[in-house]
Amino acid sequence: MKLIRLRYTRWFNILRDGISRKNPIVVTVLGICSSLAITNKVENAITMGLGVTFVTMMSSAVIAAIRNIIPSKVRMIAYMVIISTLTIAFQLVLAAYLPAINKALGAYVGLIITNCIVMGRAEAFAVKNPVRYSLIDGFASGMGYTFVLLMASVIREILAFGTLFNIQIMPDTFPTWAVMALAPGGFFVISLFVWGIREFIRYYESPEGEVD
Amino acid sequence: MDLTQLFISSLLTNNIALAMILGMCPLIAISTNVKNAVGMGAAVVFVVTLTGIINWPIYQLLVATNTQNLALLVFIITIAAVVQFLEIFMEKNLPALYTSFGIFLPLITVNCVVLAVSLFFVNRGYDFAQTAVFSFGSSLGWLLAIFLVAGIRQKVFAISDVPRGLVGKGIVFVIMGILSLAFIGFTGLKF
Repeated sequence: MKLIRLRYTRWFNILRDGISRKNPIVVTVLGICSSLAITNKVENAITMGLGVTFVTMMSSAVIAAIRNIIPSKVRMIAYMVIISTLTIAFQLVLAAYLPAINKALGAYVGLIITNCIVMGRAEAFAVKNPVRYSLIDGFASGMGYTFVLLMASVIREILAFGTLFNIQIMPDTFPTWAVMALAPGGFFVISLFVWGIREFIRYYESPEGEVD
Repeated sequence: MDLTQLFISSLLTNNIALAMILGMCPLIAISTNVKNAVGMGAAVVFVVTLTGIINWPIYQLLVATNTQNLALLVFIITIAAVVQFLEIFMEKNLPALYTSFGIFLPLITVNCVVLAVSLFFVNRGYDFAQTAVFSFGSSLGWLLAIFLVAGIRQKVFAISDVPRGLVGKGIVFVIMGILSLAFIGFTGLKF
């Protein structure tokens, strides 16, 4: 019974929307840069996903907490300061405990700041909702992002290097697909994901959006 | 590194959109028609070159005071300030230019290309001339990419039968995948 009631609570709805129906990558097409550039190794994808989840969650909470005292004219720059402070915190933790992954991700850790998901959730949700829901919303969006990253990186790492978490799982005779490790592989895998998930949740864009 | 070589490499071989995969959100959102795409691209060239040139001396100041950890925060504030300043300046003094690409300016603050260029010159240790050339080349490369994508997208929308799950933004990924395959062909370019 408890599970059935859970389905109707606002917490549950926000969480479910972030992961499936409003998945940031597939449906709203935000935060694409890092999802394409990072997903050639599973470990990079997980680290990046957790980083974005952390920054989105904390920045949504902070912005929701101070949403009534920021004048709307300077809100963008206020968000930027909050988001970049959190990103710097994440970057320092990463550099201290996982230096190898930090090196592999390079400038992309810093680019969490300009990841549209963070700003998008702040602008679309955190400015008009209380702290507890903003926290859940940030977490859900981050998890939706991490989920797609994880799936794409599993496919790309197996095909490009024949490994998973750097452990060889394909036979030695497996011809590795070099293109999967490069940019085009990312584009093709993500486009297949967008197609697949949009068919699954029956979300179609109207062609009228394309004006010429 | 030779400056001409750096310019060609940032424009074609290491194209910031199709090889480094940066600035995707505006590229996908604004590439619905060529006119808007070129307007956005021109605004990006302007802002990226300017912020690259401004951020370089600021970073030297941070190095001198040993506070490089704050680089991200300082860069993003510089970018936001430059964009805001440009918007006000153009609205007052260059109304013609403002109406042509003024509407794209506020969007540029969250364009990853701007911040990425500043982070790359730090990571790769460029000097001032290299930074200026690299900023200009990368942003011109982004303009080239959005122009190509918008042109192809318009044609695809007009003549081909796209599967309904890919209509709109989905098909842009396929277009960019094929374009970036083509750009890999520039890898062997030698001067």
